[in-house]
Amino acid sequence: MSNYQTNKPRDDNNRTSDHRNHEEFEETPTWAAVVTVLGYAILSALGWLRDFLRHIGLEEKRTAHDPNPKDFVPLYQSYECFYTRNLYTRIRDVFNQPIASVAGAKVHVMERVSDDYNWTFKFSGKKIPSINLGSYNYLGFAENQGPCSEQAIKSIETYAVTTCSTRHELGHQRYMKELESLMAEYLNVEDCMAFGMGFATNALNIPTLAGKGDLILSDKLNHVSLILGARLSGATIRTFNHNDMKDLEAHLRKAIISGQPRTCRPWKKILIIVEGVYSMEGSLCKLPEIIELKKKYKAYLYVDEAHSIGAIGSRGRGVVDYWKVDPNDIEIHMGTFTKSFGSAGGYIAGKKNIIDYIRVSSHSACYSSSMSAPIVHQIISALSIIMGRDGTNDGQKRIQQLACNVRYFRRQLVDMGFIVYGNDNSPVVPVMIFMPAKIAAVNREMLKRGCAVVTVGFPATLLTESRVRFCISAGHTKEMLNHALKAMDEVGHLVSLRYSKKNPHRRWIELDHADYDKEYTS
Amino acid sequence: MGSPANHDNVASLATDFYSLLESFKETPFYHLLFEIFLVLTVLWLILFRKPRRIEKKLTEKEKQELIDEWQPEPLVPPVDANHPALNVRVLDGIVGKTIEIDGKKSLNFATFNFLNFVGNPRITDKAIQAVQKYGVGSCGPRGFYGTIDIHLELEERLAHFFNCEEGIIYSYGFSTVASIIPAYSKRNDILFVDEGVHYAIQKGVEASRSTVKWFRHNDISDLERLLVEQDIHDKKNPKKARTLRRFLIIEGLYMNYGDLCPLPRMVELKYQYKYRIFMDESVSFGTIGQTGRGVTEYYNIDRRKIDLISSSLEYSVGSIGGFAVGSSFVVDHQRLSAQGYCFSASLPPLLAAAAIEALNIMEEEDTTLCDTLMEKSKRLHQKLLDIKGYLIVGEDISPLKHLRLTNSQNTVARLEEIVEFAQTRGITITVARYLNDEHRLPEPSIRLILNVEMTDEELEFLCTVLQEARVKVTV
Repeated sequence: MSNYQTNKPRDDNNRTSDHRNHEEFEETPTWAAVVTVLGYAILSALGWLRDFLRHIGLEEKRTAHDPNPKDFVPLYQSYECFYTRNLYTRIRDVFNQPIASVAGAKVHVMERVSDDYNWTFKFSGKKIPSINLGSYNYLGFAENQGPCSEQAIKSIETYAVTTCSTRHELGHQRYMKELESLMAEYLNVEDCMAFGMGFATNALNIPTLAGKGDLILSDKLNHVSLILGARLSGATIRTFNHNDMKDLEAHLRKAIISGQPRTCRPWKKILIIVEGVYSMEGSLCKLPEIIELKKKYKAYLYVDEAHSIGAIGSRGRGVVDYWKVDPNDIEIHMGTFTKSFGSAGGYIAGKKNIIDYIRVSSHSACYSSSMSAPIVHQIISALSIIMGRDGTNDGQKRIQQLACNVRYFRRQLVDMGFIVYGNDNSPVVPVMIFMPAKIAAVNREMLKRGCAVVTVGFPATLLTESRVRFCISAGHTKEMLNHALKAMDEVGHLVSLRYSKKNPHRRWIELDHADYDKEYTS
Repeated sequence: MGSPANHDNVASLATDFYSLLESFKETPFYHLLFEIFLVLTVLWLILFRKPRRIEKKLTEKEKQELIDEWQPEPLVPPVDANHPALNVRVLDGIVGKTIEIDGKKSLNFATFNFLNFVGNPRITDKAIQAVQKYGVGSCGPRGFYGTIDIHLELEERLAHFFNCEEGIIYSYGFSTVASIIPAYSKRNDILFVDEGVHYAIQKGVEASRSTVKWFRHNDISDLERLLVEQDIHDKKNPKKARTLRRFLIIEGLYMNYGDLCPLPRMVELKYQYKYRIFMDESVSFGTIGQTGRGVTEYYNIDRRKIDLISSSLEYSVGSIGGFAVGSSFVVDHQRLSAQGYCFSASLPPLLAAAAIEALNIMEEEDTTLCDTLMEKSKRLHQKLLDIKGYLIVGEDISPLKHLRLTNSQNTVARLEEIVEFAQTRGITITVARYLNDEHRLPEPSIRLILNVEMTDEELEFLCTVLQEARVKVTV
């Protein structure tokens, strides 16, 4: 990870737009990388020692026992569980934290206590009110009051919770047609189809689009659902370096010139799969350049806008809106309703002939229950608000509030000396921690100060690149963000998280707050 | 007879040879070594070196030509506009015991609403309360503040219902079993799978990349044959056999055939051949067994002998999602390895609340839902057997039956005509839909599903309509 990259948005009139589209991934300081690897080595060595003690009986075995007789082949390889037993369990309290309220801008985290070093948990009954910086709630639609939830409640009374049937049989309700045509209008494409689960939308529909004899070029940091879908399709998969257009072009050229491996037959088709916003890096895909490449080499493009739909772009229409490209240049637009619409499910949109084919051959349409009525009505009312159909400008206000919040939060973190990855406009804000022990420390300390954050380490990220990932919401007020920044400032000082070599290390009170307040007035 | 000249030649040759040998003895050692090395190198070049592949070196112009000439296929093939999936019936209103299509009401024998929980007022109330407390979506995966207390409650209730140690819930029925199988079975492991399993299981098996051995649907002797073959194979290589895991993947009540699996015999074979049983009880949960606890209750088998039971919340329970129950040893692994659990947003709380209330209703003291359902299924089965011209596939106690036409008249087109005719008379049924890439495409059939609230008169009416339809279609 070395580059300092700048991307200027395409501007046809040669005026600089005030998008300030700047993306940065500061290099890991060498000493931090060394200490991190050392940390993992020490933990592994301790783990082996503990495993040995357990084996000889000095220490109690805490994992569950197989109820089958001893001569069955063991269900798990012992090395598979090594990480779980010895590393993950030590900091298990930091993951899977249950909540007891709506996952809005503020959330009640249920306190758990453990007497046996995280092997078992008990609920103390106490609920910790915290600012929610971990849930995907970009436009703040995760609410239990307001027009959206009222619509959802009405729909439960009218349509019940489920239809118990598939889209091909008797699950095709009128509200599905309404949702799909509204979504197609929102994205400015011909047609759209909705599914009950975002993960399944990728995993069950990519196999219908690609097959044996096709080539899938997928970004290295693509989400697991895209990788699973690509694998199930039977096509050949090649990965290109993250957001590296030169590498992508080289792969395209090589593929067309050399053809399929061994037989050298030409590829039947080439599908490029990228994401709008990458959820662990906070980077945006370089859509205009990818579209140029795709047109030059006659490939097809699949964009997964799970995190970018609603959250990016001046009108909230995702990366297509942000980069101001023609939606017809992208063959498949995919996204989810979980993040910005406060609901559940996914969609695929594009030209009518493609969507018709998906309607006919999608695994999900033929074998899964159709979407639940309140889920669909929540999306429809959220969409109406964003598009301004409800007669207010609440939608536009939310989009602007999110954009201001993101810039306000990011700039201050960078100016305090933290290493922040990603694009300046992305609502996903990863701050690097590097060392494994700090993953737990940051999470626990932030929770003590009333902020619920998400910290991730290996294997979700590279071994030396653990991070704390903030998800900014339009529901966060300036006061909440200030509270979070103060907490981060203290924790950063306590745990020593200021790694940046480019920016000076400063405390929060040393920053010029009037300068940042301008983000809300400009 | 050698002449003197010949003799001389031979003699001179001999002396030359002798002097060669002498000079050999006088050469320095390093020289000898060098010569031997050269000889060996020559031998190696002749015998062992592989010929170098001539790299195809294209010029820039040729490369550009290849790029310009290449034409991809269209992304999707053309689709027939008359395909049934593009002309589905549009519904409005609650899809319960009766449904409304185009303004007309009809009896619903087509949706998986076994216990008639769709539209149940208690469930509706609880779902509304959940929206008022938690909103609609859960906004995150289970690992990142997507675990809500209502999920934990549902998991506990399901484990308690089945008397197992632990339960785990998923947000989508299809993904449940499709994520579970790859979490345990990896490359080189062996899966014994019944050929009649439904599509989600087939996809799970495909995703696991394991060695798959299909056995004929419900044919125990075929399964035994495969097990014996594998046993013989193992005895040849016992060290490798000790690292290969084996699993038997079956369904409790098969969705595509409506018949029960021969579980007692399979459990016996489990201890003989040492495999683990993963049973999918999507259809049998809530419908088979005195209290709806599935095939294990029906056969009176200890549930601890089944390693994992997976099921769906989308059929009898009347919600959305799926779950798995079993011992903690087995279930806990999924919390870190099942992709559909870790990398997907969690179940919306209102659907979890609906499922909990459905479980409450099922567990109530005076409920006889499942018993009644089995009784009615038996009666319907008898009535259907009385109609001439139909082949009924399925157990008599199964509320899910497949109807086929006898002889060679069983085509999708004729079945669609029957469905259309029935719709005009106020009965909604459906042809079972499959995708073409099923492992073993079942024969065309009408999938009849019995709702526990159906009265005897309504069942009679169904049979009358089916009889009339058959006459009309086969004439």
